[in-house]
Amino acid sequence: MTVLVDKNSKIIIQGFTGKMGSFHADEMIKYGSNVVGGVTPGKGGSKHLDLPVFNTVKDAVNETGADASILFVPPAFAADSAMEAADAGIKICVAIVDGIPSHDMIRIKRYMRRYTKSSKMTLVGPNCAGIISPGKSMLGIMPGHIYKEGRIGIISRSGTLGYEAAQQLKNLNIGVSTSVGIGGDPINGSSFRDIIEKFETDDETDAILMIGEIGGPQEVAAGEFAKENMKKPVIAYIAGLTAPKGRVMGHAGAIVSAYGESAIEKVEILKECGITISKNPSVMGDTVKSVLEKM
Amino acid sequence: MDIHEYQAKKILSNFGVTIPRGGIVYSPENAENKAREIGGSRWVVKAQIHSGARGKAGGIIVCNTPLEVAQATDKLLGKKLVTNQTGPEGKIVNRIYIEEATDIEKELYLGLVFDRSSESIMVVASTEGGMSVEEISKEKPETIIRSKIEVAVGMQNFQARELAFGLGIEPDLIRRASDTIIGCYKAFSELDATMVEVNPLVISKQKQILALDCKMSFDNNAMFRRSQVSELRDKTQEDSKEIFASDRGLNYVSLDGNIGNIINGAGLAMASMDMIKLAGGAPANFLDVGGGATPEKIVKAFKLVTMDEKVKVILVNIFAGINRCDWVAEGIVDALKKIEIKVPLVIRLAGTNVEKGNKILKESKINYIEANTLEDAANKAVAALNK
Repeated sequence: MTVLVDKNSKIIIQGFTGKMGSFHADEMIKYGSNVVGGVTPGKGGSKHLDLPVFNTVKDAVNETGADASILFVPPAFAADSAMEAADAGIKICVAIVDGIPSHDMIRIKRYMRRYTKSSKMTLVGPNCAGIISPGKSMLGIMPGHIYKEGRIGIISRSGTLGYEAAQQLKNLNIGVSTSVGIGGDPINGSSFRDIIEKFETDDETDAILMIGEIGGPQEVAAGEFAKENMKKPVIAYIAGLTAPKGRVMGHAGAIVSAYGESAIEKVEILKECGITISKNPSVMGDTVKSVLEKM
Repeated sequence: MDIHEYQAKKILSNFGVTIPRGGIVYSPENAENKAREIGGSRWVVKAQIHSGARGKAGGIIVCNTPLEVAQATDKLLGKKLVTNQTGPEGKIVNRIYIEEATDIEKELYLGLVFDRSSESIMVVASTEGGMSVEEISKEKPETIIRSKIEVAVGMQNFQARELAFGLGIEPDLIRRASDTIIGCYKAFSELDATMVEVNPLVISKQKQILALDCKMSFDNNAMFRRSQVSELRDKTQEDSKEIFASDRGLNYVSLDGNIGNIINGAGLAMASMDMIKLAGGAPANFLDVGGGATPEKIVKAFKLVTMDEKVKVILVNIFAGINRCDWVAEGIVDALKKIEIKVPLVIRLAGTNVEKGNKILKESKINYIEANTLEDAANKAVAALNK
């Protein structure tokens, strides 16, 4: 299996006929993702990029058997679209959009509590680059060609820093099983811990590179989970050593407001959890390589 | 987005929280009349800036006559106040809030924030009002009580009551205290706030429960549906370069160093700043032009960074994805035709079509230093500084 998406994933685009939706749908199709259609309320019955357009996610699921979706709807409507996907039986939904209010994110997560664990949709993002399983499927907006097929799992808050890591690995001839962008917002669909747990049970992944940053408790929570539950090695880099306290650094979630949220404190705590730290962003690839050599 | 104390108090009073009588003035002439209008025999003159710790910085003055109120207003208006939260440049005082003085019996702390672990709203209270929450957690952590609120159902009366009893409030005042706490919660949840802090929340000698000082911050992402809040924005309290940036869709934070940055993506921007520090330099700014790094944004970014007189070297670091390096390079060349740069420029491109991008830069005859990796870029920027 591959974490979250594979060749068989049937993908729909929510916000299909918009500029962003059209552009990235096309990129995903070119990469080889199995895009089966899209949703734009009011345009159901028409065709776009030679694929069917539906009014509702339920219609799309009923007609195409879609199990994955990606959201390109404006922030004000994104929460509604994510809940619609969950209700229609979508299994994995990626929210690319930047700018969803935090109160809306909490509302989505509360709404999803109505589903049992086995029937609950996995939401990834918002404000993220999405998911790619190189050579299999891309449910995101990343440049697919910088990812080499392989056995490292990447989880990153930042999009471009995740690209940086994939490129460093590729230059060292190391490939990626799946890369997941969990996004830069304070409240997100899937946390580092949620994804790290999936990588632990994925037989196509040998080691995990976690790219975090200042702000919030999620990197530490993942570290503590890894310490108690994981056999696979975890390598981490935390961005924001030089970030001033109390300021938002681009990502809405990148703000230090409590103990354990600065880069230095996160690094110390992760080290205690047995995680190998990439001491700077230029050696993420080298650090993964040295860990692999010891395995 | 932050707002002023007097604005936050007005909001809270709309949600049933009692606040002392007061009014805003913009000139000393109005201050004397305003004091008479408010009535009473003692007033507090409070400088309105987006910062806490104003008292220690001399921004809060107690007065005994309307004339003193006018004098205090005159003293504070137009002044730059430097607190431990404003940075050395301080913040300008353009508005003065005049308030009747309160006879304080007890000072309490009440704060509401998002709790990112439980993804709920956390109410934090303490009997040690008047101190900052950081000081309380360091010096009197045992006085802190917390209550997690399930946002789907909102704050319940029993939760507010528990907090009120936990603060040792006398039985006759519990009802009023609960209403105050619930009022703050409603303001938080109904207006897309990210922080509400009433510090101190006081019990007066007349047995009133009053919000004596208040800070509120709001979710920028939700301002599209909160026009009444967004119009409270006071741009005089923000860094002029940060306003320039936010008006143009750039994420910018002004810092103390002298290496200016233009980077795509918040994470990569933080990582580049870290590399600069490791190389022995200091970043002048955080600047994320967005993952897409369109040529238009790059032009705006150059304008912004060159506005900063501290900047002695500019470092451009773009990891191009869907936007290709050749496109980004054209954007850079175009920007440099429009904007003159007098300091050394280091450019690192990576990702899609990197060779083409570097070729365009080389052939353009712009004066720059090419770098290949993150580390190389940081080292070259610091080296250029020392030349």
